Amino acid sequence: MARAITPRRKALNTAIAWAIGLVIFFPILWVFVLSLKTEGSAILPPLDVLRAPWTFESYGLVQERSNYFRHFSNSVIIAVGSTFLGLLVAVPAAWAMAFVPSKRTKNILLWMLSTKMLPAVGVLYPIYLLFIRMGLLDSRLGLTIVLMLINLPIIVWMLYTYFREIPGEILEAARMDGASLREEVLYVLTPMAIPGMASTVLLNIILAWNEAFWTLNLTAAQAAPLTAFIASYSSPEGLFYAKLSAASVMAIAPILIMGWFSQKQLVRGLTFGAVK
Amino acid sequence: MATQHSRSAARLMMAPAVTLLLGWMLVPLTMTLYFSFKQYLPMRGGDLGWVGFDNYVRFVSSSAFWPSVQATLVLVGGVLVITVVLGVALALLLDQPMWGQGVVRVLVIAPFFVMPTVSALLWKNMFLDPVNGFFAHILKAVGLAPIEFLSQYSLVSIILIVSWQWLPFATLILLTATQSLDSEQLEAAEMDGARWPSRFIFIILPHLSRAITVVILIQTIFLLGIFAEIFVTTQGSFGTRTLTYLIFQRVLESQNVGLGSAGGVYAIILANIVAIFLMRVVGKNLDA
Repeated sequence: MARAITPRRKALNTAIAWAIGLVIFFPILWVFVLSLKTEGSAILPPLDVLRAPWTFESYGLVQERSNYFRHFSNSVIIAVGSTFLGLLVAVPAAWAMAFVPSKRTKNILLWMLSTKMLPAVGVLYPIYLLFIRMGLLDSRLGLTIVLMLINLPIIVWMLYTYFREIPGEILEAARMDGASLREEVLYVLTPMAIPGMASTVLLNIILAWNEAFWTLNLTAAQAAPLTAFIASYSSPEGLFYAKLSAASVMAIAPILIMGWFSQKQLVRGLTFGAVK
Repeated sequence: MATQHSRSAARLMMAPAVTLLLGWMLVPLTMTLYFSFKQYLPMRGGDLGWVGFDNYVRFVSSSAFWPSVQATLVLVGGVLVITVVLGVALALLLDQPMWGQGVVRVLVIAPFFVMPTVSALLWKNMFLDPVNGFFAHILKAVGLAPIEFLSQYSLVSIILIVSWQWLPFATLILLTATQSLDSEQLEAAEMDGARWPSRFIFIILPHLSRAITVVILIQTIFLLGIFAEIFVTTQGSFGTRTLTYLIFQRVLESQNVGLGSAGGVYAIILANIVAIFLMRVVGKNLDA
């Protein structure tokens, strides 16, 4: 039963929560505002910024200054590629762990998770060296593989928790009716698993899109996705507020939208099922 | 139930994932261990032979080591305190009835989806910049001198940036946990005359303790590895050189791989200590 609450109390809650929400969101909002101003007006005091004319010119200038769309497509290819590569490896593993559990399943899952805890900086040089030797430095393929590997435990883990919610009786019934393993997976399991797999894909694209350690250390001009491209603004060029804002807005907008859709899955994916 | 046949099929299906992760873990780890016992300077002579535990001793006795430990502890501790305290408060607030709850939640969660390099640059240039930053304009407007946040209050500034990024995570998880709280229990306590502070301490906080533990452990693991936020703001100067950043500098900037690798081994040990506790909490949940 919901508790009765006075309208006054509800109005107060609303006012406080909206105020806090807007303060937290404000930096993003402000960057959006600055992206719609000229370079000259973006550095004015806040009130003058608001009064200055609005323009889309910065969005065009970002592409002119640097090959923005190259970095954008790098981000897309690397994030989507690493996620689907991970899915390819993770689906069979999670399926086996969820439906044919053994005594070791729990230990294998926890061990997989523990590889996620390995501090990246601890293995930075070996990976860097291997990348140089294999010619993978500053390549999309190399970064895709690394991001697939660092997110693989999360993909396996999420899929496992989703698969486990599929009642085993349905699979047994299918087996009784003479379905082969292939048919079982294709016609019974897959349709039921699609929502869980979709959320897994969404969360992992977000994580891969925003990854910044390996991205900064393993890519340069060629394969740099948006995380690394934006970092190039940390030089004095960062003082071009309007262009930096436009580049930032374009880099975060797709993920912000995807993120809002995946709030629930975020909790499951990032706490490994420990908080429900 | 599971037959012999399906068991071996299952093993086969797990094999690619297990092999890949085993390789990802063992190969670089072995190499890091190997380099850590060598004097290895790729730019200045390459492999100069075995040196035993020399790198381990030199890493901890260098003048940069203790300040970096201190910076790491202050950064991780500061962000944890801010995000957990504000996260609990926000979760309880967002759980209250209000108009436009969904929209507020979206606003609060947004910073988590901003890539680290963008959020660091956004704060560095648009807000903390002593000439054109938002805060500088406000300070000037009220007649105060602008502050060089990133050099004068460097670590505090980075704590602010990182807290802004992680507060949504803490809030979201604590909110999920808050929503599973039995409201009848709270009502019963209220009817029995328990005031808000005692309801908070004896009912809400114990209920959230598990979620708080999870938030602390997961954030600690991510916060120990904070990199991009320092890389694009202070580059480790002004007392913001954390352990992770120090190792990065040793390995890639000064190309002292042996020394950096020894540092890497320390970082791995440190992360493992945290991970063991996290695994216990997660593992318990697997049995349930």
